[in-house]
Amino acid sequence: MLTLDTCCKTYRVGSFGGGELQAVRNVSLDVGAGEVVSLIGESGSGKSTIGKMILRLLRVTRGNIRFEGTDIATLGGKDLRTYYGDVQGVFQDPFSSYNPIFKADRVFTLLRGEHFSGLSGSEWSTRLQSALEDVSLNPGDVLGKYPHQLSGGQLQRMLIARALLLDIRLLVADEIISMLDASTRIDVLNLLGDLKSRGLGVLFITHDLSLGNYISDRTVILRRGSVVEVGTTEQVFGNPLHLYTRSLLASVPQLHTKWKDIEIELDPGTTDADVDAWSPADDGVLVEIEPGHLVRSSNQDRTS
Amino acid sequence: MSLRVDGLRVYYRSLNGDVKAVDGATFEIADGEIMGLAGESGCGKSTLGKSLIRMDARMRFVEGRVELDGRELPIWDDRKMNAYRFTDVSIIPQYALSALNPTRKIGALATELLAARGIALDEVMQEFKRRLKLVGLPESVLERFPIELSGGMRQRVVMVLSSLLDPSLLIADEVTSALDVSTQRAVSELLVEFRDRGFVKSMIVITHDLSVLYQIADTILVMYAGKLAEKAPAETIIEAPVHPYTQLLLSSLPEVGIRYAEKRLSGIPGRPPSLLDPPSGCRFRTRCPFAWEQCGDEPAFKDLAPGHAAACWKAA
Repeated sequence: MLTLDTCCKTYRVGSFGGGELQAVRNVSLDVGAGEVVSLIGESGSGKSTIGKMILRLLRVTRGNIRFEGTDIATLGGKDLRTYYGDVQGVFQDPFSSYNPIFKADRVFTLLRGEHFSGLSGSEWSTRLQSALEDVSLNPGDVLGKYPHQLSGGQLQRMLIARALLLDIRLLVADEIISMLDASTRIDVLNLLGDLKSRGLGVLFITHDLSLGNYISDRTVILRRGSVVEVGTTEQVFGNPLHLYTRSLLASVPQLHTKWKDIEIELDPGTTDADVDAWSPADDGVLVEIEPGHLVRSSNQDRTS
Repeated sequence: MSLRVDGLRVYYRSLNGDVKAVDGATFEIADGEIMGLAGESGCGKSTLGKSLIRMDARMRFVEGRVELDGRELPIWDDRKMNAYRFTDVSIIPQYALSALNPTRKIGALATELLAARGIALDEVMQEFKRRLKLVGLPESVLERFPIELSGGMRQRVVMVLSSLLDPSLLIADEVTSALDVSTQRAVSELLVEFRDRGFVKSMIVITHDLSVLYQIADTILVMYAGKLAEKAPAETIIEAPVHPYTQLLLSSLPEVGIRYAEKRLSGIPGRPPSLLDPPSGCRFRTRCPFAWEQCGDEPAFKDLAPGHAAACWKAA
């Protein structure tokens, strides 16, 4: 459904934009209908940049992003509106996604003016009801309230409901649950699981490996803007081949295994000195180890 | 016994009345103990931690007694507490970037901090450099501005600064929440190392992440809506919790290896009660699947086994 083909993003940095920062380098991935693909990386790995490029909030420097075969960079006017009817994003901080001056349900009203101006009042409210029910919210609990009166989980679910109203086919979920409490985050995750079984494709962007492991079908591990390992979630978590993936997995705090029982294999390239010395030329190529499981290998990164 | 807290109540002043953020906390921390303090947002864990070092203007000390190494801490008196801050009680605040003055280099910042306590930097410079090295930072950070350091480096600078005068109690408030997984492990393990090397005698680690606490804490105290719910050795809290809240909190944590398709986890329905007017009886009873009539009365936080205490009628 969505295909990224050797996408690159270069930011201009420094005073007067003299410097260049390659945030995303040659990333190719695809998301199909009814599939959750998690994009896992540490800060600065370019994961949010990829999400923003898909939502056309940022332009792609090189390469292209195609949705159902059409390059999204060429879309404009009416086509762009149709695109946003298919692809929507939800972001990390539910509290700053709302305008605190207005009631929280304004996100729905704005959407109605933009996309559903032809609907009658009763038709609209039926649609709204069913969208809210889909995200297991009771309309009476959330409509007519101000953002501060609602919990983070409720606000985040309202944003998902807003996306669902459009009958979207792809959701870009950028760290949507990292601000939520442990007791509510699992409900939002389960919601994504339910929507997936109804055919929604989800690009789940996160830094939390356990969340990615719980929900996703395929996993992409990013490091400094490029993909180091990609495969089905079983392949990547069950048989991690790249040292970076392994060192990430060894660092995840677990409930029944202590850190001292898990040795970190030092990944060349992650110490501060290595980061300074690193240059894009060391990047290596993605090699297919088993069907669907690709690992980056180069002189610098050993793979076994 | 390093820290002894008895019946501590700290409320927030608000226009609508008092917000009972910490409502009767009684616990002890032994010498060399790392106590984890866990709970959902708004359960009062940060308030409890902060009240032991500095009450902000909105906080009101109601009652209670706090003893550190046998001496009573005058936590209700902002000025008297100055004698204890940094030397006896110290804190690693939640956001390391906002803890460091952006206009000062790290070295200058340390000088000013120490001068405020009447100590010249030269006296502790040797130790300061030794500890920076221990946490894997080059000496050159002293010449750098906070903005030049990464999140993990800043967090480590603040750790070294906070514990420089070997405080008896160190409060670490959500120190790892904003860090990446690999930095999170490194910083957490450093906290343990600081204790092992005797830089700090005991520590309170505040976090919402029980899995981090399982890795580094000796004991875990779980709070719910301003009350203590359960305290036990870390192993017991994770493997054999008795309070329904602890049990539900643990069962809602996704772990590496648990998949949605195979095992569906569930959250805790409902949300924590407002602390402006908390419900009578057990505060968890509205969300608790095991609640019965008795829960209308408030359960006492009492010992079930040595080192294991809980506030639940079912556990008694």
